[in-house]
Amino acid sequence: MNWIYDPWPWYVSGPLIALTMFILLFVGKQFGMSSNLRTLCSAAGAGRKSDFFKFNWKEERWNLTVMLGAFLGGFIASQYLSDNTVTIAEDVVAKLQSYGIQSAGNEYLPSELFSLENLSDPKILLILIIGGFLVGFGARYAGGCTSGHAISGLSNLQLPSLIAVIGFFAGGLIMIHLIFPLIFA
Amino acid sequence: MKTIVYLLIGTFFGILMYKSEAASWFRIFEMFEFGAFHMYGIIGSALVLGVIGVQIIKKFNLKALGGQEMRLKPKDKSVARYAIGGVLFGLGWALAGACPGPMYVLTGAGYVSIMIVILGALLGTFVYGLIKHKLPH
Repeated sequence: MNWIYDPWPWYVSGPLIALTMFILLFVGKQFGMSSNLRTLCSAAGAGRKSDFFKFNWKEERWNLTVMLGAFLGGFIASQYLSDNTVTIAEDVVAKLQSYGIQSAGNEYLPSELFSLENLSDPKILLILIIGGFLVGFGARYAGGCTSGHAISGLSNLQLPSLIAVIGFFAGGLIMIHLIFPLIFA
Repeated sequence: MKTIVYLLIGTFFGILMYKSEAASWFRIFEMFEFGAFHMYGIIGSALVLGVIGVQIIKKFNLKALGGQEMRLKPKDKSVARYAIGGVLFGLGWALAGACPGPMYVLTGAGYVSIMIVILGALLGTFVYGLIKHKLPH
């Protein structure tokens, strides 16, 4: 029964992501996860501060339900379908160890960044908050995230999505190759 | 009834994100280090099938359930907002090691600290809404 804990290879996962997008198109919706963040702001009353959040957020309840499902899926997969470790390339493990991230190769998320005890470390707390902030700000500025641009938009051959995705990768490469060596020196 | 369908789609997507390891910080780092083909294979194969499927939908003018139009509207034309917003998103994607979908998935998987990342993302979304009109689009 160990096979059930094995990760799904890319040639299974990629097509299933495309399937998710097509199911949503088929029921009349569009695949996009970051718009839920805007909906949540609106539901919390952010419309009083900015027109950007003045819309009928209840029309987006379907996507909040998808989000709730994603939460459930994460619970099911981590509890019953995974040993919660991720095997990555050996040279990448060595690189991470040189950054002090010893959990590389043995965990799903690095405990050096995501364990509860480390939340009291201001540096770690800042990494998590700033990382999240940039994702939220950047996704709305660019009008979508990985699902909305890299999958939905590029599938529809949208030039704006290509620009956005090139931006995603440029930003990621800058972070990993130029800023990580400073943060984790 | 419809709620259950959306919940099931989300649950399927959540299991998929977790089992494909696209929700793992380590896989995102490995991708930007060009350490393995895995993430490129996932995004690439999703895209190839996505492009083919969308072309078929357009060619045969396929409709969504209930006869409504498929939501395939073109994105607004601009360069600045996609380039600048994209780079900012990429910086955060690599730093937090998660994009929005996987954030919800990881919360369900019991990683409490990811909620700090979500809080940051909500704050980033809110601040964008506040200063939107001052930014180049």
